[in-house]
Amino acid sequence: MESTNQQHIWQVLQTVHDPEIPVLSIVDMGIVRAVEINSTEVIITITPTYSGCPAMDMISMQIRMALLEAGYKNIVLKQILSPAWTTDWITQEGKDQLKAYGIAAPVGKSADAIFLTELTIECPQCNSTKTELVSQFGSTACKALYKCNDCKEPFDYFKCH
Amino acid sequence: MKNTEQINQLLHLADNALIIGHRNSEWCGHGPILEQDIAISNIALDYIGQARNFYQYAATCINGNATDTKPATEDSLAYLRDVRDFKNHLITELPNGDWAQTNLRIFLFSTYQYFLYQQLQQDADAQIGAIAEKSLKEVTYHVRWAGDWVIRLGDGTEESKARMMNAVDYLWPYTGELFLDTPTSIQQQWLQKVTAVFEEAGLVIPTNTWAQKGGKEGNHTEHLGYILAEMQYIQRAYPNSEW
Repeated sequence: MESTNQQHIWQVLQTVHDPEIPVLSIVDMGIVRAVEINSTEVIITITPTYSGCPAMDMISMQIRMALLEAGYKNIVLKQILSPAWTTDWITQEGKDQLKAYGIAAPVGKSADAIFLTELTIECPQCNSTKTELVSQFGSTACKALYKCNDCKEPFDYFKCH
Repeated sequence: MKNTEQINQLLHLADNALIIGHRNSEWCGHGPILEQDIAISNIALDYIGQARNFYQYAATCINGNATDTKPATEDSLAYLRDVRDFKNHLITELPNGDWAQTNLRIFLFSTYQYFLYQQLQQDADAQIGAIAEKSLKEVTYHVRWAGDWVIRLGDGTEESKARMMNAVDYLWPYTGELFLDTPTSIQQQWLQKVTAVFEEAGLVIPTNTWAQKGGKEGNHTEHLGYILAEMQYIQRAYPNSEW
């Protein structure tokens, strides 16, 4: 059973955004794994999207700031790696927000298919499926760069991971 | 509590990721076109991230054992050890060469990591398993990206094919070292994947099986010292400096 305080902390965390994708809260992104409160500390457990994600240090700092502003003290941030973050952790609301922002959301479930397979990606601008992969690595490690052959717009695809 | 051998194995995994990550980062700003520059820089970032995870854990294990007043950190392990202390495989420290050599190295090495991490996911040590599980997802993309380049260049123009063949001749003697102390199943899986991509690329697997070795024991090529000189200079010249 979550305490009122815990629910309040989750609400505060909803206001913290990924610096690379400012429309998405870290909760919808699926990187907050646990919120615990004991007699002396507030413990937030987060998981990185990618091992080398440079946003993690900044996100940790923002979580601390947001909770301090909301009146919490003795905030402890823990990082865990397992179970590994996958795009399945992004909430449906998060996926809708990604699309509205112009980033195609990951298609389907993350699979352990050996060496990945080609997918049909829908253009977030005009919904055409006539799209083409430009590069498997886009503006950040978590995105690939595509272009739409109908509306001619390039776009980022949040790749399955 | 970990023994020296287990800690050395952790450092070996960390050093591999750091050195190949550093080599790939040398392409940042020099890639053939913008998209590929971004791709290889992202791959470098993945590797440095994996190295950090392994170094952080190695530091925890070292500090758990020692009575030393100066605890190890991820930074001290990366920036304050000398050439003979590094345990990376030799293939990771070789120069980038041209785009063909760079990509063939990433392909050969990340395919090895792919099968190695698959196995390490089941490691008795849960933290090693967790780092492997995380890294595996990233390495899968590296294999695919670099494999595509091996095929594209191997099956490309006369010049691109010649360059890829030179890269095969240069790098192949450094692949034997990868399998000296891994189960034979990893070598078999690796060879199967490499053979499939080489066939599609019109490349031939060399019959020469002589292997250059010694990296894990600290016997390195002349190239590693130059990497460390560049990478460690700031920490050596201005100890404890921070961003």
